[in-house]
Amino acid sequence: MAQRQPFRWHIAVFLAPAVLVYTAIMIVPLIGTLNLSLFNLEDGNRIFVGLGNFATLFGDPRWSEAFWNALGNNAWFFLVHMLVQNPIGVALAALLSSPRLRGAAFYRTAIFIPTILSFVIVGFVWKLILSPIWGIAPGMLDAVGLKSLFAPWLGKEEYALTTLALISVWQFVGIPMMLIYAALLSIPDEVIEAAEMDGVTGWSQFWKIKLPLILPSIGIISILTFVGNFNAFDLIYVSQGALAGPNFSTDILGTFLYRTFFGFQLQLGDPHMGATIATAMFGIILVGVCLYLFAIQTRLRRYQF
Amino acid sequence: MKHRLCLALLASTVIAGAASAEDVTLTIESWRNDDLSIWQDTIIPAFEAANPGIRINFAPTAPAEYNAVLNSKLDAGSAGDLITCRPFDASLELYNKGQLADLTDLAAMANFSDVAKSAWQTDDGSATFCVPMASVIHGFMYNKTAFEELGLEPPKTVDEFYAVLDKIKEDGSYIPMAMGTADQWEAATMGYQNIGPTYWKGEEGRKALIEGTQKLTDEGWVEPLRQLARWQEYLGDGFEAQTYPDSQNLFTLGRAAIYPTGSWEIGVFGPQIEGAFEMGAFPPPVAAEGDTCYISDHTDIAMGMNAKTAHPEEVRTFLDWVGSAEFATLYANALPGFFAMNSTPVEMENPVAQEFVSWRESCEPTIRSTYQILSRGTPNLENETWNAGANVITGAETPEDAAARLQEGLASWYEPQQ
Repeated sequence: MAQRQPFRWHIAVFLAPAVLVYTAIMIVPLIGTLNLSLFNLEDGNRIFVGLGNFATLFGDPRWSEAFWNALGNNAWFFLVHMLVQNPIGVALAALLSSPRLRGAAFYRTAIFIPTILSFVIVGFVWKLILSPIWGIAPGMLDAVGLKSLFAPWLGKEEYALTTLALISVWQFVGIPMMLIYAALLSIPDEVIEAAEMDGVTGWSQFWKIKLPLILPSIGIISILTFVGNFNAFDLIYVSQGALAGPNFSTDILGTFLYRTFFGFQLQLGDPHMGATIATAMFGIILVGVCLYLFAIQTRLRRYQF
Repeated sequence: MKHRLCLALLASTVIAGAASAEDVTLTIESWRNDDLSIWQDTIIPAFEAANPGIRINFAPTAPAEYNAVLNSKLDAGSAGDLITCRPFDASLELYNKGQLADLTDLAAMANFSDVAKSAWQTDDGSATFCVPMASVIHGFMYNKTAFEELGLEPPKTVDEFYAVLDKIKEDGSYIPMAMGTADQWEAATMGYQNIGPTYWKGEEGRKALIEGTQKLTDEGWVEPLRQLARWQEYLGDGFEAQTYPDSQNLFTLGRAAIYPTGSWEIGVFGPQIEGAFEMGAFPPPVAAEGDTCYISDHTDIAMGMNAKTAHPEEVRTFLDWVGSAEFATLYANALPGFFAMNSTPVEMENPVAQEFVSWRESCEPTIRSTYQILSRGTPNLENETWNAGANVITGAETPEDAAARLQEGLASWYEPQQ
């Protein structure tokens, strides 16, 4: 008869601190937020309204219009990052990993530096650069005879969000670059040598050998970008204020949540509707991450050498 | 050496503490940290000299944090004895929670008009809980030197106003008007609330809106938006991305001739301009010569009593003094552009401030239309007006559409408008 395994207390003991801390500062507040979204104030009393707040958020034309506008803007913000930040990151990493490039360490540092800057500084600096009155952008365009291309980009409804997305790309392009650079460096020389023996060199070597090997890294970067973008708030708040002007064209879920939860100017804060929006954001991010994990991540093969 | 210094310091604190032990020290909570030196050098010494036994400690916090800090201090019972009051709902909420004491029977209240007190009263006006300190007046500042150069006179009527703007534009050496839409609030506060009272007849329109007898789609409320839309062609290049500080700089650097604004800029602009040019001011233009003019004389700051203070008698003494003509004179001269609301006229030295305050004699005063009651719900009329004001200037929305949207938003939660 097999001996009964003793309960392994040490596992529980070692896990306990992390579980307790994580529960206290992540899970409890999260449940608190979800809970808050099920209540509302009526004549000063907190009453349980079930999914009533969600009905307001999606059913009331004013709320739902603001919500879908913010979600659409958020999607565009994310799309610009995917279309611009990641290809540029891959291209920079490919260039940096080229053995013939001199001063790679310098470029690497220079491109990575904006990442460590605060959002507040980045927002403020770009606002100044692009200012039609004092900024250097109109002058520089003028110097190359392209003054006519200049527009008050941050003030025009049709450009403002794209401009902000590109500023964010400028700031964070260093992160995909570093991750992909690391992935490229980890490709064993044997693989590259074998490819060269088969006559696969240059661009075709990149497309056929290196890119498939760094796809898992690109996947991770995409999901980090997704989570980061759908939680974004600071850059918009710093440069456009909580009303996300012009005319809500740069309003994303983060600023919408802020305005609702904490209130703004004469608007008193509404924690219950705020929590409802926060819950909706949580849901969107959860669905996005799950889709990625089950639909994409499981299909990406890791190559073992 | 260091040791002895410490001892000396310690001894002096003990002695000073003992000397003032019989005095009552009152602490003022305020968001005006810009005014710290004015309080310490001018206002507090004047009060303490006249009222031995009461000492005042002015303890301000940063403006943006004030509401949050004050609320948590009041909840925790650690707030000061005197509370500087924001206008309308923020203070009303404190009163309703029993954190601000009722001051209706304070003798000094007799020195203030009903409009002056309206920002710190219950909706029915039966209880007043803060002593009004100062208001700000909207109007247009202009570059007097530039006006003389171009042979222009400050306009009185709307037609003259546009004629002046046209001339400045034609000449081309100045941007006719400094205003941007990037921060949105400029368009609403300095545009709509500045010229608007002329069209909605000041208090008459404002009260009718609260009672529900007028709608935001009525002529008086749409016309100011149409006027704002006309302003677009007089603003500088790239005004869509021009922020409030940009507008201030354009004016103080002498690049723009007219600046729609409020009197609170006087104290800020004076030292910045410093003789580079002369600054003047004119009130919002009227439709036809001889029409009644209306100004926004917006109640901005007041002082109330923490209901849980340990020294209610001393606090009332101080508040009575805050309501006196003496305080009004001290305050208005220390902070040009923040006008005392006291019914006794105040002598002021600053000429631009004198100009602004002189309109009180010829024009009907009112306060910003969106501040009382109408910005309690969601969507909030004040924030919506920012957006609408900026939209009509950039042309993103027609004045009629914007007005209809504001009305629809207000009616969605405000019963008298339904």
